[in-house]
Amino acid sequence: MKHVEVVIVGGGPAGLSAAKQLVEANVEVMIIDRNPSLGGQLIKQTHKFFGSEKQHAKMRGFDIAKQLINQIQHASNCTILTNTTVVGLYPNGILTTYDNHTYQEIKAEKIILATGASEKSLAFENNDLPQIMGAGAIQTLMNVYGVIPGKEVVMIGSGNIGLIVSYQLLQANVKVKAIIEAAPKIGGYAVHASKLIRHGVEIFTSKTIKKAIGTTTLEAVEIVSLDENFNEVENSSEIIPCDTCCISVGLSPSHQLASLLNVKTKYIAALGGLVTIVNQRFQSSDPHLYVVGDALGIEEASSAMMEGACCGLFVAQDINKTHPNHQTLIFEYQQQLHQLRSGPYGNHTLEGLEIMKKEASNVR
Amino acid sequence: MRIKDHPILTFDKRKEVHFTFENQPLIGYQGDTIASALVDHGVTTFGYSIHKNRNRGFYCAIGNCAACNMIVNNKANVRTCITPLEEGMNVKIQHNKGEIV
Repeated sequence: MKHVEVVIVGGGPAGLSAAKQLVEANVEVMIIDRNPSLGGQLIKQTHKFFGSEKQHAKMRGFDIAKQLINQIQHASNCTILTNTTVVGLYPNGILTTYDNHTYQEIKAEKIILATGASEKSLAFENNDLPQIMGAGAIQTLMNVYGVIPGKEVVMIGSGNIGLIVSYQLLQANVKVKAIIEAAPKIGGYAVHASKLIRHGVEIFTSKTIKKAIGTTTLEAVEIVSLDENFNEVENSSEIIPCDTCCISVGLSPSHQLASLLNVKTKYIAALGGLVTIVNQRFQSSDPHLYVVGDALGIEEASSAMMEGACCGLFVAQDINKTHPNHQTLIFEYQQQLHQLRSGPYGNHTLEGLEIMKKEASNVR
Repeated sequence: MRIKDHPILTFDKRKEVHFTFENQPLIGYQGDTIASALVDHGVTTFGYSIHKNRNRGFYCAIGNCAACNMIVNNKANVRTCITPLEEGMNVKIQHNKGEIV
């Protein structure tokens, strides 16, 4: 069995930021990612980030990914396994990986799960028809592989991802026929929405998709209006022909790996779903296992990077290889996190973290 | 279809990768996954559901959902959205749970 000091599962913003701190602290790190390349969802993000300099503001997502990867990939104490999926997690820091043809068993002193999140689905008639896709899928297809999903898209959901992906569809010369939002108001930032409206994209609030129409692939969607209780308004149905429908109705934390280990988890709605309960050092009820980033609660990539850095610092300390600038760095990153969460969208997260804190105090 | 002009991204001309889909020869490019090359060619059905035989298409692109599982070089349940396209690959639609060979 192979031995490593720290294994990081997931090479996205959280995992890479944790890796950087660990590498600097001279810890032997292995990053495992099931995708062909590191960077997580950053590699498909063409928009510029908000926030402060530390949070990589004004940089585009894919450039941030390059920078994060650059910081660690040549380090002699960092091993990177791509195209490799972690398929098993056991007590005492043991995990198994699968990479196309072979299983491997690895023992680590500490495991950091930075598995991110997956997109939520939406229940409606025929929702399994081909050409109904997740927003992340469309982003990947266009911005990583340079392929467009179709010619005419109806977007379901007006959160930031729905709005950003709609704009990216326009940039790729794909028609966005409508953006449909069930809530009475647009979910994402006004700056994204107004850009789309200026480009002639219609955003309909208090409407939802009732049915997808098509036999072997999508041909149209049926949209209905909703009243204040989210019930369908009679005779409000309209049919919008389209060849692609994008579902962008939020994310839920990828808790599945942690759940293999029987660690304490809880459904915390404010964090986006079922999450692992961790203490202030990101440590779960299994002392070998840490969880960080969106896997711990849905936020933005900026927060995932700050959390990742903090987690990396704590883990280094927990294996007696404290980062030389531990105190200063922890203070800085925690302050950044605090700043990120003080905005209007942060309340939700803070509420969720309060519940997490209470749960964690009952763990040990 | 491929993006030709994009305000932010550039897609350089890459090496062609030849493969077959349902025995029909197709061309993808280096850096593609199997799924991205198929979507480029307008393929919408990647498989069929096990019980009701309903068409399955590209859905998540990150290896989560299993909708794009296909038979690649006789191996079933290959997640085509995260599997890099390789020269000479034989890609087929999967109709059942897949058989171990």
